[in-house]
Amino acid sequence: MTVTRIVPANLSLYTAIAALMAVSISLQVVRDRGWQPYTPPDGVMWIRSGEVARRLALGFDNLAADVYWMRAVVYFGGQRISSEGKTFAQLFPLLDLVTSLDPHFNVAYRFGAIFLAEPHPGGAGRPDLAIELLKKGVANNPTRWEYVLDIGFIHYFSMQDYTLAADWFNRARAIKGAPEWLGPLAATTLAEGGSRESSRKLWTELRNSNADVDWLRAQADRRLKQLDAMDQIDQLNVVTRRFVERTGRAPLHWGEVATMERWRALPTDPSGMLYGLDQETGRVSLSEGSPLWPLPQGAAARQRP
Amino acid sequence: MRAIVLVAGAVFRESVRDRVPYSMVVFAVLLMAASYLISQLTAGQDLKIIKDLGLASIAIFGLLIAVFIGIGLVSKEVERKSVYGLLTKPVTRSQFILGKYAGLVLTLAINIAAMVVAYYAVLYYMDVTASAATRAGWPAPAMDPRLLLATLLIFAELAVITAVALFFSTFTSPLLAILLTLGLWIAGQFNADLRNFENVIDAPAAIWVAKVLYYVLPNLAPFNIKAEVVHGFPVSMRHVGLTLLYAAVYAGMLLVAAAAIFRRRDFK
Repeated sequence: MTVTRIVPANLSLYTAIAALMAVSISLQVVRDRGWQPYTPPDGVMWIRSGEVARRLALGFDNLAADVYWMRAVVYFGGQRISSEGKTFAQLFPLLDLVTSLDPHFNVAYRFGAIFLAEPHPGGAGRPDLAIELLKKGVANNPTRWEYVLDIGFIHYFSMQDYTLAADWFNRARAIKGAPEWLGPLAATTLAEGGSRESSRKLWTELRNSNADVDWLRAQADRRLKQLDAMDQIDQLNVVTRRFVERTGRAPLHWGEVATMERWRALPTDPSGMLYGLDQETGRVSLSEGSPLWPLPQGAAARQRP
Repeated sequence: MRAIVLVAGAVFRESVRDRVPYSMVVFAVLLMAASYLISQLTAGQDLKIIKDLGLASIAIFGLLIAVFIGIGLVSKEVERKSVYGLLTKPVTRSQFILGKYAGLVLTLAINIAAMVVAYYAVLYYMDVTASAATRAGWPAPAMDPRLLLATLLIFAELAVITAVALFFSTFTSPLLAILLTLGLWIAGQFNADLRNFENVIDAPAAIWVAKVLYYVLPNLAPFNIKAEVVHGFPVSMRHVGLTLLYAAVYAGMLLVAAAAIFRRRDFK
């Protein structure tokens, strides 16, 4: 005789599961309207020592480096889009930890070089820390001429020390596998360091040699657009001076200048934002709302004599 | 030899029926698929992170399979008292141990092979969807065959850990065996520190003890070539060959020790 077990129907239980899940979601929605978890203003880094992190990783150093790298990217992105309190204070410790866990994490050194040195509010404004990170990169990867070039870059753009910049460009050139254009670059830097044209050459070379790294290319594009904007501002200042000479006063708005010059459109920067116009002096400036703001000071701001 | 093969076959069939390895493999596959989503946060480092995450998944899930199933191989038989029936058959206790080990290593190999196939599928997808400029910036190709070398050494490390688990399971309780095996795995990651102990302290006796421990405890750090392979650095075949040989010798020694203990064990 075969005994067949009667399997009970679970339909009521499945319905109960769905109903309880719906109630659980509703409760969360109601609770979250009146409560937000506490988040410290600048986050907390429990582990700062690379050596400790390496030991805790138990052989999975690369994976731990990846986790900290993603944390650095998210932290940087979060700070950059936040409207207030941009400190970037944890950017260097995070990148230092990433490169201690994985000393060959190429992009972490280069990311640090760009965004630690970038002036506030676009970056941390700490070229000294950027150089420290890059020197660590050079020590760990002596054949990487890119890090040496980046140190020269920082001396050039952030510190306006063209002699030291040329010296680092020459050091980069001496490394096996370095591109030919580093030689002329060092010479140009010494001869006309700080000119807008040499800055344009530098960023163009950086852009072309890093076509595969999206954010590096985007940063180079932004810098090149800033240089274009500076050229345009110079030309617009000539026009507004002419307006002042003709009328004896500064233009009140771009419409007046456009009418006098018979322009078909108002002048916008390479990002599409209207240029600012000082109604007292007629001086042209980049709008603070432009993604290209602020324009670099010192080095690249100077036109070729 | 036939007895060993029969026991190994039985272990393999039992492992196939057991759902634990399957769930781990499925989990690993899901994790690798998720790595594609994670890669969206990586600012251009997606291939590196997918490679790292894939190798780490294989190593971690392989370790869990090796420890939790390895421990149960002998202790389950003893607990269920099925060992009495087994030992009345024409199988010596040494053959029983060797067969159990071979069966689990075979299970591990099949599981790792499944994970590697999933891993390469994710990498293939990365490769075909990447632009030529992106590909030019990679330090090593997406479908780098040298990743198999890293996987081979992970497998060899797991074979050693399986032997450790089996060794402990012949004379201790399952819980203690799990703790001891995981403890030895952690110690094995730091073993290289014992070699340079004289740089830390100035006590000849302690330095001597550290040196002995360095050679006696399993040295697992050389099995880890994940970073070299992911960054496209050369890995010497001599290193790989010697490490594989070391794994075979060390696992063999543990199996002999396990057999020696198991032969003298009194089942009442």
